[in-house]
Amino acid sequence: MITLKDLPVEEYYLPGNAACSGCASALSTRIALKILGPKTIVVIPACCASVIQGYYPKSPSKVPIMNTAFAATAATASGIVAGLEVKGRKGITVMGWAGDGGTADIGIQALSGAAERNEDFIYICYDNEAYMNTGTQSSSATPRGAKTTTAVMGKGERKKDVPEIMIAHDLPYVATACAAYPLDFAEKVSKAMKLKGLKYIHLLSPCPPGWRFPTEKMVEVGKAAVMTGAWILYEWEGGKYTLTGPSKGLIDKAKRRPLKEYLAMQGRFSKIPEAEVEALQRDVDSKWEAMKKKLGA
Amino acid sequence: MNKAKTGRAKVALSKPSEGASGLTGLWRLRRPVIDPAKCTKCHLCWLYCPEGAIARGADGAVWMIYEYCKGCGICSEVCPSKSISLVKEG
Ligand SMILES: Cc1ncc(C[n+]2csc(CCOP(=O)(O)OP(=O)(O)O)c2C)c(N)n1
Ligand code: SF4
Ligand code: SF4
Ligand code: SF4
Ligand SMILES: [Mg+2]
Repeated sequence: MITLKDLPVEEYYLPGNAACSGCASALSTRIALKILGPKTIVVIPACCASVIQGYYPKSPSKVPIMNTAFAATAATASGIVAGLEVKGRKGITVMGWAGDGGTADIGIQALSGAAERNEDFIYICYDNEAYMNTGTQSSSATPRGAKTTTAVMGKGERKKDVPEIMIAHDLPYVATACAAYPLDFAEKVSKAMKLKGLKYIHLLSPCPPGWRFPTEKMVEVGKAAVMTGAWILYEWEGGKYTLTGPSKGLIDKAKRRPLKEYLAMQGRFSKIPEAEVEALQRDVDSKWEAMKKKLGA
Repeated sequence: MNKAKTGRAKVALSKPSEGASGLTGLWRLRRPVIDPAKCTKCHLCWLYCPEGAIARGADGAVWMIYEYCKGCGICSEVCPSKSISLVKEG
């Protein structure tokens, strides 16, 4: 178990970057790099994480970042891994860090190819559930009911389940995480770092401007996503699912908070019709029923 | 890409620096202020600061790096002993 004391005091992602106030993705980058340390190469496609690096000639990152095209995170990471191998450079971790648009939509073919080849890198999708840096357009990871600038009445389709798609590739390690639980996330990054092959972590990243909640509520919103069961924290390894963190105690529906509490915290679900709230609650419940079966519980 | 005299390709390479996007503390509307008498040195504020704008001393004390703190208020929300208040700037 990783505790707060295990995290190095040293920062590898420096203050004074261009992330919005209260950004969960910036927080999680900080945490991931504390675990991975200086011998890391990060690959970032077009997304908020590329924008928040600011302008040449300065960068907030103490580790090298290769900025790549929107679709190309997993292809670029594969190339870096191959280059390191040819050069005989050992002990360097390669991490892809991409948004939900760059993962669930445009980047999925490169990711699926790299997964088939089982390339040796960590891929983290920070999921803020829309195309945020271009102005909150819907992605296939935007949840049903959420308002975006391309779904002004709320999105009609369900959220694509990318971790399950990655599990279908039979990877060495797949996990979900949430930025509101940095130590649970750190534990997963640390586990992924020690394994060979492609490790995939899907990190829910509450976004104050995009989800429309006050900056100081970022942790509370992320915790509500987990405590209402809307977002399940789990690991998948060797064909086995394991719940982690507070999700362990939420198999019983009575233990989960009503979904509407989570929705009410966010402007993107404002004025959502009651029937839609009930439909979304049923989605959560059936996701948990499916999870129960997968757990064999 | 230009070829330098050495034959190595030149690429745009940024160097790590605090304040890569300037003094982001100027964005702040509210200033987090710690009451050291109440602080238990649990470091949860340090853990959760998205900016890495909370420093830790050898004695465990914490303080804000106001040049860069964006005033999000997360530290104040996660502090178990309610030691951080948000004071309006300006
Ligand atoms: C091929 C291509 N199409 C569109 C864009 C414009 N673009 C840059 S980032 C982005 C959205 C990124 O969304 P996501 O991956 O979810 O990251 P976020 O901004 O939410 O962090 C878009 C559409 C681009 N850079 N390249
Ligand atoms: S738009 Fe959201 S994800 Fe992007 S930098 Fe701002 S808070 Fe972070
Ligand atoms: S207000 Fe936000 S940026 Fe400033 S110290 Fe607190 S958590 Fe960090
Ligand atoms: S969270 Fe509160 S009690 Fe803990 S170190 Fe920060 S100010 Fe002190
Ligand atoms: Mg996104």
